[in-house]
Amino acid sequence: MKHMTSKATRHISQNEGLIFEKSSPGKAAWKLPPLDVPEVDTAKLLGKQERKDLGNMPEVSEIEIIRHFTRLSTWNYAIDLGMYPLGSCTMKYNPRVNEFVARVEGLANGHPYQAEKISQGALRIIKTLSDCLIEITGMDAITLQPAAGAHGELTGLLLVRAYHQSKGNARKKILIPDSAHGTNPATAATVGYAVENLKSNDRGMVDVAALAAQMNEDVAALMVTNPNTLGVFEQEIHKIAGLMHAKGGLLYMDGANMNALVGKARPGDFGVDVMHLNLHKTFSTPHGGGGPGSGPVAVKKILEPFLPKPVVITKPDGTLGFEYNRPQSVGRVRAFYGNFGMFIRALAYIFANGPDGLRQTTEDAVLNANYIRKGLEGVYDLPYSTPSMHEVVFSDKVQSKKGVKTMDLAKRLIDYGFHPYTTAFPLIVAGALMIEPTESEPKEELDLFIEAMKSIAEEVEEDPQFVLDAPHNTRISRLDETAAARKPVLRWKPENA
Amino acid sequence: MLKAIGIRSVDDLFSPIPPEVRLTRDLTVPRQMAESEIVDWFKQRAKENGEGYTSFLGAGAYSHYRPVVIDALVQRGEFLTSYTPYQAEFAQGTLQAIFEFQTMISELTGMDLANASMYDGSTGAAEAVMMAVRITGRPSAVIARNLHPEYREVLNTYATHQAIPLKTASYTDTGQIDLKELEKTVDDDTACVLIQSPNFFGTIEDVEAIAEIAHKRGALLIVSIAEAVSLGIVEPPRTADIVAMEAQSFGVPLGFGGPYCGVLATKEKFVRQMPGRLAGQTVDKNGKRGFVLTLATREQHIRREKATSNICTNQALVALMVNIFMTVYGKIGLRELAKQNLAKTVYAADQFAKHAKVLFAGAPRFNEFVVETSEDPYAVNSRLLGHKIFGGLPLKKFYPELGHAALWCCTELTTRSMIDTAVGLVSESERSVRTMNEVEEVTR
Repeated sequence: MKHMTSKATRHISQNEGLIFEKSSPGKAAWKLPPLDVPEVDTAKLLGKQERKDLGNMPEVSEIEIIRHFTRLSTWNYAIDLGMYPLGSCTMKYNPRVNEFVARVEGLANGHPYQAEKISQGALRIIKTLSDCLIEITGMDAITLQPAAGAHGELTGLLLVRAYHQSKGNARKKILIPDSAHGTNPATAATVGYAVENLKSNDRGMVDVAALAAQMNEDVAALMVTNPNTLGVFEQEIHKIAGLMHAKGGLLYMDGANMNALVGKARPGDFGVDVMHLNLHKTFSTPHGGGGPGSGPVAVKKILEPFLPKPVVITKPDGTLGFEYNRPQSVGRVRAFYGNFGMFIRALAYIFANGPDGLRQTTEDAVLNANYIRKGLEGVYDLPYSTPSMHEVVFSDKVQSKKGVKTMDLAKRLIDYGFHPYTTAFPLIVAGALMIEPTESEPKEELDLFIEAMKSIAEEVEEDPQFVLDAPHNTRISRLDETAAARKPVLRWKPENA
Repeated sequence: MLKAIGIRSVDDLFSPIPPEVRLTRDLTVPRQMAESEIVDWFKQRAKENGEGYTSFLGAGAYSHYRPVVIDALVQRGEFLTSYTPYQAEFAQGTLQAIFEFQTMISELTGMDLANASMYDGSTGAAEAVMMAVRITGRPSAVIARNLHPEYREVLNTYATHQAIPLKTASYTDTGQIDLKELEKTVDDDTACVLIQSPNFFGTIEDVEAIAEIAHKRGALLIVSIAEAVSLGIVEPPRTADIVAMEAQSFGVPLGFGGPYCGVLATKEKFVRQMPGRLAGQTVDKNGKRGFVLTLATREQHIRREKATSNICTNQALVALMVNIFMTVYGKIGLRELAKQNLAKTVYAADQFAKHAKVLFAGAPRFNEFVVETSEDPYAVNSRLLGHKIFGGLPLKKFYPELGHAALWCCTELTTRSMIDTAVGLVSESERSVRTMNEVEEVTR
């Protein structure tokens, strides 16, 4: 063992096979009540449609199930175990009261087609959250239907297209900065737009002169992330909006980094026409190993007629209802009304914070990122000296001279008991280390992280091979990803099958 | 910390934001609340939301029992508060769970492979159509009219901008897709036929016959499954090319429509055109078995505008609920569960048939059936609401030609006494409407 900080110690972890390997006939973890209606003859009812066998589905007992999933869970790192500084992902604390209220009977069991007058509680939650998010973003209207951030982008660009179409010309392309998330260009393609790259300037921001040159009547919108993926606020955002609007284009904002703005600045006030939010980033709903998310899309008045249907309205009698008669709507983007369970959690988060708390959250997030920046400046290369907001991007320029790349540093960080930062993104930084601590981290945890990163930098100088071989303390060492992709094994099969 | 950074106040850190766009007032959102107030507020909302009602609603969102171990396990922080397992060495728990999920979904659907999840059944079906267009290089799709109406709406939204022309094939008096019409509609431009089975009316389709029609013209068959529990007793669509499933029935709360769990399953040869995350088995440098996210070159973070889909975050934690549910019921339990659903539905449909007309009786069904009443089903449902019962979903909104028909659903949670009460109330209203009609006849 080389350097080690006090964050992590090795500990016994249980081995556990696949659930199918524990299965044997006769074991069961289920029990149905006695049938209170006559038995049926399934063969007679279903004929050739009757299924006779469920193949290799497991048969296991309840204690085995509890142990199986508990053992698996201990192989994961999580926010509950420590700082999770994945840049752009905003891995903040997921308050447990959110989980509690989302499971309250009546909310958890509400059927999407139950009568409107019996759905006033759910509608009130949708309406209250909508109002809060409109206020936070400074926009005019919102849809909560999209299921995740990328789905929100899709919805946003559908609105852009519908808007231009209503003016007689859908236009051809979307401008996207080279620092953007991969979902941006993928979404533009899904909506049938061509993608045109926009180069960043030497400060890591949108090059306004380049934008002016590239902007014309073929461009439907610019998709900008603000603060961008370098954690840098686009200081000329007003000019950018002006350039877009002057030629009839729209400004789309990817709200992935809204955690740097809540309570401090509102996209609606700096010229954004349409944006999505990630409730699972900014508003503390859990990431759950990769979802569910929720991606509300907020818009200015000019785009409101095109919002997906239904929209929630207040009826003349004061009750809430769904409005389906929206002739200009882009249609539905999802069945029912969106990831309602995430609305509950996000609203609980807003309640727990209030105006003061939301502002302080943002301040603490930015403070924490700058504290890390200061702590690691000089140890790791800082490719852009532009001030950081909620995240900071270093590069592996110094360490790569010894052959150690950002991914290697990340793997070594695992040994120190931290989840790695985001590696190799944004693409405009070669060998990027993108670090976002969020407001949740106390100074003690930040200090441990800084100490770990410094220690790894020393290890690179002393024994680069040791870092290249990391992680050393995990259950398994680095996995052969090439083999996994070349001959994909995507499911279990019995050995003699 | 301020001193370490070398600034005087936190506000200095916000100087990159031009002063004219900085917010200098408090946000107008509700004041900060204590935890007890938050809990009270949401409990109040729950009371206004049908708490304690009995329901006969299905139609893409099903009320099944959720074993308590599901929430006990998914609330473990290591599952709840972790991210997408990009760092495999530190996320083996999530990765192995996904691998098991993919295996069980493949087993149940009769497909070779399944992905880690999609947003829901509706967007999954739309992605499946786009996948079929990529595979066949053909532009259009034929959609069954008895596919969930909201799935069709979502499909329309997606297809419009992909320039995928959609044609529909209607249903017959058995509630099943009209095979003759389908045969005429499928042509050499058809990338796929998309059906649902059990379909929106609860009727089981003759998947083999439909597959034959599609395959004869070189089109793929996509089968959407909205009621996953049916797979316990109904033969899976083995002749399909893609299965687009909504797995909500497997342990996911109704939750007023979401979050749910879409999933795609397909044949091995199509896997590189399938969107969504995939966990694959591999070994570490010591030869030890482990799991990683694989075939990422299909995905947006690598391929950007050339990706198979723009999907990033999926429904991982919900897929874990589904996973645990499948593990709890397993090989025998799922079949017994499905059998109970079937038995309750047979009983209920027989009871309703004594007083009202049960439509589409000529084909096998799973746990939903369509009842036509003399009275408008909205009026019937208003009466039922007085007894704290949600009646069937009136179908007029989606199928004007079905007039006074409503879609009813029974699951293992529907008791005989609930059924008898609902049937009793419907028969009362039927009798009174009939009497009124007779009085009108006489006075005329």
